[in-house]
Amino acid sequence: MSEEPILAVEGLTIDIPLAQGTLHAVRGIDFELNRGETLCIVGESGSGKSLTSLAVMGLLPKRLECAARKLAFRGTELQGQPASAMRQLRGNRMAMIFQEPMTSLNPAYTIGDQLAEALLLHRRVSKAEARARAVELLGKVGITAAESRLSQYPHQLSGGLRQRVMIAMALMCEPELVIADEPTTALDVTIQAQILRLLVDLQREMNMAMILVTHDLGVVARVADKVAVMYAGEVVEQGTAKEIFEHPSHPYTQGLLRCIPVPGRTKPGEHLGSIPGIVPSLIGKVEGCAFRTRCDLAESACAKPVPIHRTQGGHAWRCIHSDTERVPA
Amino acid sequence: MLTFALKRLGLAVLVALTVSAVSFSLLYLSGDPASAMAGESATSADIEALRRLYGFDRPFLVQYGDWLFNALQGDFGQSYYFKLPVSQLIADRLSITMLLGVCGISFALVTAIPLGVAAAVRPNSFIDRTALFISVMGQALPSFWFGLVLIVIFSIQLNWLPPSGSGSWRNFIMPTVVLGYYAMPAIMRLTRAGMLEVLNADYIRTARAKGAGEWRVMFKHALRNAVVPVVSLAAVQMGFMLGGSIVVESIFALHGAGYLAWESIGRNDLPTVQALILVFAGFYIVFTFLSDLANAWLDPRIRVG
Repeated sequence: MSEEPILAVEGLTIDIPLAQGTLHAVRGIDFELNRGETLCIVGESGSGKSLTSLAVMGLLPKRLECAARKLAFRGTELQGQPASAMRQLRGNRMAMIFQEPMTSLNPAYTIGDQLAEALLLHRRVSKAEARARAVELLGKVGITAAESRLSQYPHQLSGGLRQRVMIAMALMCEPELVIADEPTTALDVTIQAQILRLLVDLQREMNMAMILVTHDLGVVARVADKVAVMYAGEVVEQGTAKEIFEHPSHPYTQGLLRCIPVPGRTKPGEHLGSIPGIVPSLIGKVEGCAFRTRCDLAESACAKPVPIHRTQGGHAWRCIHSDTERVPA
Repeated sequence: MLTFALKRLGLAVLVALTVSAVSFSLLYLSGDPASAMAGESATSADIEALRRLYGFDRPFLVQYGDWLFNALQGDFGQSYYFKLPVSQLIADRLSITMLLGVCGISFALVTAIPLGVAAAVRPNSFIDRTALFISVMGQALPSFWFGLVLIVIFSIQLNWLPPSGSGSWRNFIMPTVVLGYYAMPAIMRLTRAGMLEVLNADYIRTARAKGAGEWRVMFKHALRNAVVPVVSLAAVQMGFMLGGSIVVESIFALHGAGYLAWESIGRNDLPTVQALILVFAGFYIVFTFLSDLANAWLDPRIRVG
């Protein structure tokens, strides 16, 4: 593990200036990703998952304020890079797959044009070569009759096919890092599993690092090497997938895990767990643990700055309790 | 695409037929055409002779069929006033009007689209406000006043441009600006609104995620989607310019088809008016058809209709 991490993020914050005050959407998060690894970022809507991935790509809307102690791609600090340098990275060495396949393709151009563009922007290749690469990748993402698909327009394809096209487009330049922001949320359940399988297979085949943003813990259990659990703009717990699932240490992670049915353990008719309450407002200054209003273990100390506990294996959680598993819930 | 084009073409032909019927019946709107031609002092025998001479005694449908058949061959009859074939009369005037129309719409598009894009890229910025100011001015200034102001400045004060006539290309500069400036605000505002909407679309983010530069994002990915309604508007305005540039043509003494229409209405020269209505309507129909084709090319989803 002496190799430089593909992505290193330290103390990333994203603020959204609003009329009512500043919304601290992402509040100092850290994570690291090595070649070939899959990091799943889990959390509910509004926890800052998507903003974090956009920030890595340098695609945040300009009115948002983004800062970090470190935001490095293969050792190169991305903050302060000129727009042209970021453009050369985007789509080339880091690529992104979005949540909305129905609207993420340009309706005015053919699939072939849009796929070829991804390669033509970064490589000195002829149009014919770019199209050949497009056919190759459409085959890889499981699209049959790839040749004839090239001249089709997005509106002629189903949602599942469009997402396959989006994946093929992201992989045109064989990126080292792929960020998939809830890539299966907008799809049918049967298609979701296929797309996910495909994504993971391709990731292993190409030895890419992948950030998978999701709120589906079932997905996380199947594909993640590392997991970061986000709540209200903070990573409340992170570690290897094994540790997160076997020894969840933050009360929020524990709550999340109680929400999913486990075959064999959940009896028919039994109520699944749920976490009462709603996510607090992040406008203005946020102090202490953001989860305390919904937490069974909350104490007065939770309103003060919260320490981070770390184990030697890299498992870390942000809670005043050093070992919440022993505390009866 | 071919089926789409044929469908549109069929529709265009139907509209053209309807317009031809309406413009032919104009002849009878003002009463008996024979007595109108003969004048007040004519005897009933004179009127009867004229009626037979011009074929007004035949059934209406036969007259219409006959007129349409000739019109399709380019024969619109004789002008009552000039005693010349109407087709020749119109052909002489139309070249000026068409040149002016093409220049006017080009000027409008060339100024409006970049300004609209620039305004949309930075909403509420200085450039957006400037564009808004320019377009409000364009909407508010009457053409006749703006034309006269231009003549006062550039012809009389500065003596740079000729105030009237149609002898050289320099005669067309001021009319082009006046006509184009009239059409420009709507095109500009529509471009801006379209771009604002499209720039928030997911596929624009996709284009950026691919590493496309800002110019490419704006002009290749966004504008093509934003410009569809602009094409339809420009086609209507182009039709309007060809038929309705009467004011501009009279200010700058460009004797074009719009001016001819104005004159012929005053002289009760019905064959000329009929033919001009048909020609102007024909322009609308042709431009609408062309804009439908252009839009289908721009946006593949339209081709299905």
